[in-house]
Amino acid sequence: MELSEHIKTANVEDVTLRRPFHPALRGTLCVTSHHLLFSNRKDEASWQLLILLKNIDAIEKSVENLFGYPRAVGSSGTITIKCKDLLVLQLEIPGMEECLNIASSIEALSSLESVTEMYPFFYRPSHLTLLGPWGLSTTEQYYKQTERLWDRWRVSKVNSDYSVCPSYPSAVIVPREVDDDKLIRSARFRQGGRFPVLSYCHHSNGMVIMRSSQPLTGANKKRCKEDELLLQAVIDGSELGYIIDLRSAQQAQQARMTGGGFESKSCYRHWKRIHRHHERGKVVQESLIKLVEACSDLSHSVDRWLSKLENSKWLSHVHSALSTAGLVVECVERDGHSVLVHGSEGTDNTLLVSSLAQIILDPASRTVTGFLCLLEREWIQAGHPFQQRCAHSAYSHARLKQECPSFLLLLDCVWQVWRQFPLALEFSEALLLRLAQEVYASNYGTFLCNSEQERCAAGVKENTHCLFQSMLKPDIEEQYLNPLYEPTDLAIWPSVHPQSLQLWTGMFLRWTEYAQNMEEAREEVWSIVKEHRERV
Amino acid sequence: MEHIRTPKVENVHMIDRLTPRKSTAGTLYLSSTHTIFVENSEARKETWVLHSLVYNVERLPTNPSGSPLLIRCKNFHVYRLLIPQEKDCLDVLASLTRLSRPECYGELFCFSFNPNLDKELREKAWGFIDLKAEFSRMGIPSNLWHVTAANHEYRLCETYPSELFVPKSAFPAVIVGSAKFRSRGRLPVLSYFHRDTSASICRSSQPLSGFSARSADDEQMLHAIMKSNPVSELMYVVDTRPKLNAMANRATGKGYENEDHYTNIKLQFVGIENIHVMRSSQQKLVDVGELPAPSMSDFLWGLENSGWLKHIKAVLDAGVFIAKAVAEDGVSVLVHCSDGWDRTAQACSLASVLLDPYYRTIKGLMVLIEKDWVSFGHKFSHRYAHLDGDPKEVSPVMDQFLECVWQLMQQFPCAFEFNERFLIQLHTHIYSCQYGNFIGNCQKERRDLRLQERTHSLWPHLWENRAEYTNPLYRTDHSQTQGVLKPLTTAYCFKFWKGMYGHADKSVASHQSPADCLNAVREESQQLEEELSAHQERLAQLKEKKTSGGRKKTNKLSERVRRPIPIESKLSSPLDYFTATRSEKHSPSFTLPLELAAPPKNGDPDDLSTCSDFESGVADLSSHSSSAGDDTKDHDSDEAVKSNT
Repeated sequence: MELSEHIKTANVEDVTLRRPFHPALRGTLCVTSHHLLFSNRKDEASWQLLILLKNIDAIEKSVENLFGYPRAVGSSGTITIKCKDLLVLQLEIPGMEECLNIASSIEALSSLESVTEMYPFFYRPSHLTLLGPWGLSTTEQYYKQTERLWDRWRVSKVNSDYSVCPSYPSAVIVPREVDDDKLIRSARFRQGGRFPVLSYCHHSNGMVIMRSSQPLTGANKKRCKEDELLLQAVIDGSELGYIIDLRSAQQAQQARMTGGGFESKSCYRHWKRIHRHHERGKVVQESLIKLVEACSDLSHSVDRWLSKLENSKWLSHVHSALSTAGLVVECVERDGHSVLVHGSEGTDNTLLVSSLAQIILDPASRTVTGFLCLLEREWIQAGHPFQQRCAHSAYSHARLKQECPSFLLLLDCVWQVWRQFPLALEFSEALLLRLAQEVYASNYGTFLCNSEQERCAAGVKENTHCLFQSMLKPDIEEQYLNPLYEPTDLAIWPSVHPQSLQLWTGMFLRWTEYAQNMEEAREEVWSIVKEHRERV
Repeated sequence: MEHIRTPKVENVHMIDRLTPRKSTAGTLYLSSTHTIFVENSEARKETWVLHSLVYNVERLPTNPSGSPLLIRCKNFHVYRLLIPQEKDCLDVLASLTRLSRPECYGELFCFSFNPNLDKELREKAWGFIDLKAEFSRMGIPSNLWHVTAANHEYRLCETYPSELFVPKSAFPAVIVGSAKFRSRGRLPVLSYFHRDTSASICRSSQPLSGFSARSADDEQMLHAIMKSNPVSELMYVVDTRPKLNAMANRATGKGYENEDHYTNIKLQFVGIENIHVMRSSQQKLVDVGELPAPSMSDFLWGLENSGWLKHIKAVLDAGVFIAKAVAEDGVSVLVHCSDGWDRTAQACSLASVLLDPYYRTIKGLMVLIEKDWVSFGHKFSHRYAHLDGDPKEVSPVMDQFLECVWQLMQQFPCAFEFNERFLIQLHTHIYSCQYGNFIGNCQKERRDLRLQERTHSLWPHLWENRAEYTNPLYRTDHSQTQGVLKPLTTAYCFKFWKGMYGHADKSVASHQSPADCLNAVREESQQLEEELSAHQERLAQLKEKKTSGGRKKTNKLSERVRRPIPIESKLSSPLDYFTATRSEKHSPSFTLPLELAAPPKNGDPDDLSTCSDFESGVADLSSHSSSAGDDTKDHDSDEAVKSNT
């Protein structure tokens, strides 16, 4: 079925658009295969609102005059559009039939399942070209640039056809002394084939952060010699490594009943295991839903608000992510030990913790380019299932499947770090907000699919543009830069005391008056800094 | 001096709550005004705690390593000392308990505090804030308002200032009659006049109306106030109490205005709770800050349970209501509560901050506090426990006002000339008794104490150091600066004031302050411009020769800009992550090789927030003053710091 077949009414005149804190506007509404376009023409000056249909999380329609004739005078309908970036719009559409047609088009077109039908495959801006390499860097390039790896680490192409681990990229970094056969065996012993691979090597002491999925020890405590050797090779001579298991000890025990498990002390003698409980999947998604609901009710008393904020548990997730990342950093930086991080699948909290630890540890990942490279390496190439996790956001009424805002949680944590260290990051809150928006609905192919393998199969690299490239070229937009940036080589230990963590107002109160004053303050900071730069 | 049993104790440890291994050994000295802790380390860092800032001193059970002593301060700093000998600890406890509770005004620090100003300067300093000038700034006296001598020598009302502004149309007999009908004689008088609309904010205490009493004079007084706003036929009476409380007062012959007896008034209750509710609410909030290793839920639950932010919202809502009536409806407002010196002061001053950009400047806020709080008889010495007295009189009324201003600053980052540090410094000095401004409970008492001759004024001191209190984002021509502020009072706008109450975790934010960075940048810019113009002048003079100074200066500058970065600091204490685990159920059977969780055997040492000025890096930044008054090096803290840097 062609996309255009979903569109029964393409154009409606005299539509009224209502947005928060803006006067209502009248104009023309237009539905295309991928967009909702509202345009208002008033004395030459025209104003347009273009919304990607994929950005629409839920729509609610109410039709008045149900008992009258369809085209009777005054019959009209209202569509409330709730977007994944948390914006809520209302459209008053004259004509009941038009209203229902538009609503059903939006419903059908906003929930396309086929990747190649999505807008990034059609987005062809004139300033970008599809030729040339896609993305910022590859595993090989990263390895080449990181001299401290050359001695003890190598790039393995064991997964070049994605048969060893379907969710890993074709190339991964592993200890030099472990050959590909051992990797294959280790992969069989890990859920989803996600055997331990290098995530980060610390510049000051060569200690590393590894990540993987859980070992498949099962109820009868299976062992895998190659997996043990692989981890032994990681610590190579040094006395101790830490395994940070992102589940409680009890959960890890229970996982054995379903074939999973944990690294027992007797088999991995030089590794110490620490369990840290992290919520995952549905629970986190529900937190987001509750938080957004709490933020959108303006009538709450302070007590009710605080109780809803507490009840959403969102900040508790932020708290645990930052604490565990801090723990990883503490092991690596202060105590000089290598760390392996994993939970169950190793595609959500594992990536969250390992990438946060890098931001705390590594000054290189605090620049704009470095941060985007980190996201590319640790989230996109590492196989975070974006398509599944970001299918819906906070407003959708659809039954939850595999949605989980892990990436949004990462952005929130990074924001907390930025708030505590306003000078340490090169990028601004605006960059985080842009990413929060793009991950749910985008013109670019970066966040499409669930793994490198799927992206290859769909031809994402050949047929779409890369978001990160476009953000960096030709120049980084000023709004994504932190005017106060002063690089520091030190680890930036964030405080995880509850009173140090705050609601990310820029994100969750983005469309309120509250955000406007903050925007003015941001401009003021820029103007002071610019004035100063001119003088210098 | 006779209260000091042990002037010096050696081998005392100052314990850091979050990172016990950062604790330092040193010597403790007791002077007649301060407790001083001098570190044994090379730097010999000194921590000064003013006796008058001590809230309480608590001794925890003795343990093998010594006797722990807890000093809690009124500005929410907590110091934890470990004294080797129990006897010394008991002596220090007894001395401090006595010294922190002066029994008469003469014992207060302000009478011995001497910053070496000569008499002339001291007198000039007391004239720094001139309330007459402030009223004339508002356009008062005018053809409708004038000053009355009715309260000369405090004949009419002991707790009011001697000069009162009233409507011209109110005859002396009406003034006297109205005062008789008001609790403690606190009759309706002018607090703020809004030029743009000619509407005014007046204040008073509750009327002695009981169930049926009325006073023709009081009714005329209100009528005169309404008539002093020529464009409006109406006036609001804002009773800042919850309606139930106001009604209960009728049984004791007090109460509120009967709308039928007064012409064209509209009565409005705004429901700010009384001082006792606020006192216990703040205590709960402070307890939340002292929780040993709270989870996010513990913290949010505690915050909700304290009710503190709810009360802050109520106070701000009152201010917003009044400001809206005055600015948008152009209607005059009479504000009162019971006595008209707590909630009334909060509501009037907040409304003024919202209405008038002047009160959002450094000088303006001083003027406002001098007018609405000091002159109108807010009972500073009672509320802030300057003397050992009735604990039921103590209440954080001013704390709430300052916090409301802080909450507004969060919403309007460009609207205020001063920064958070200024508010915290004001808070400290309201409690500290270092300056004479806030001593006593009313103008008459201050006059009788001859404070202007015997003590110093805080205002010029703050003014001289205003560079430290300036918000870099403030610009007089910014849109947020202009006109009336219309804040959101949605629940989510109210935040926990970490700078005030979060001393348990004074770790990171203070190390990297964008405001300090911007201030530095601003300063450099100004210097540059001055240098530039100097050079241009010189260039003009020496037309033939080129000066090479310009380049040199530029280099110097780029070095200077880096100043705000705490390069040497460790930026934070990594121990956070372990303390966080300790309370967890799934905590590992694992400890890293360090004395992290040195298990607290001695009572509950975690029940303590530590002033972490001992943490590295804090001193790098120009944040000396945020803690001045109790832990700085000299009586005249800021001066000393300046000469040090």
